[in-house]
Amino acid sequence: MAEQELTPKAKEEAPAKAERVRPGRVFIPAVDIFETPQALVLVADMPGVGGDNVILDLKENLLVIQGQVGPLPEKETMLAQEYAIGDYYREFQVGELIDKDKIEATVKNGVLTLTLPKAEKAKPRRIEVKTG
Amino acid sequence: MPIFFESDLFQELDRLQRQMDALFQNVAGRERAPRVGVYPLVNISEDQDHIYVRAELPGVNPEDLDITIKDQHLVIRGERKIPTEEKDVNYHRRERESGFFRRVVRLPVQVDPNKVEAACKDGVLTVTLAKPEQVKPRQITVKGA
Repeated sequence: MAEQELTPKAKEEAPAKAERVRPGRVFIPAVDIFETPQALVLVADMPGVGGDNVILDLKENLLVIQGQVGPLPEKETMLAQEYAIGDYYREFQVGELIDKDKIEATVKNGVLTLTLPKAEKAKPRRIEVKTG
Repeated sequence: MPIFFESDLFQELDRLQRQMDALFQNVAGRERAPRVGVYPLVNISEDQDHIYVRAELPGVNPEDLDITIKDQHLVIRGERKIPTEEKDVNYHRRERESGFFRRVVRLPVQVDPNKVEAACKDGVLTVTLAKPEQVKPRQITVKGA
């Protein structure tokens, strides 16, 4: 990849699905989704979210990822704010059959990586053609 | 006869700049609109003894960050790398970006360059700068007559 300079992007606010219990704003995290022969991998940028603050849910074909971010420490006052602070929320329709028991999730440096292994049924299978 | 000395002129321009910034900040809402070529965005806060500069840098390794301070300017430089996957991978979505960045942040007050700490946690960089004694608020006891 050529040398590229990063440009800032304003966070996109997530549409309100229901009455929220937690105060504050909710944003849509940027994601990469790719598929390998074995699994579907989802990578989401959720700065400020640690491993304990991720909520994952897969029901039927609906995958929901959530990340909670704490507010500014109480003793601090904001002098200049360029980026907004809030939780993250995003939903995905998962087309593939997923082996729910083998889902793996890791959070590192504010990036969530979710590996959703395909169920046996959904893996491509090569059929041997016998010649007789 | 010069009306301003050079330094006065710069101070005046600086003051105007800050007034303009404040004006736009009020119009645009809580955050200032992101400007082109200014990555990462930063939030600046303070408490009694410190100034805090925070930036969201998800997926940036602390060793790929270079932070320097000179006078009243904090420079945040680095690179965000996204590992490329093997060939037999089919991308459905690609929203995350990689690349280089350099940001110069003008600090609201002079700080002690020897008392600066930087920490990266959960993809958020926090630079903690100590306020010099002369700008700290001081309690003044009022003596009775």
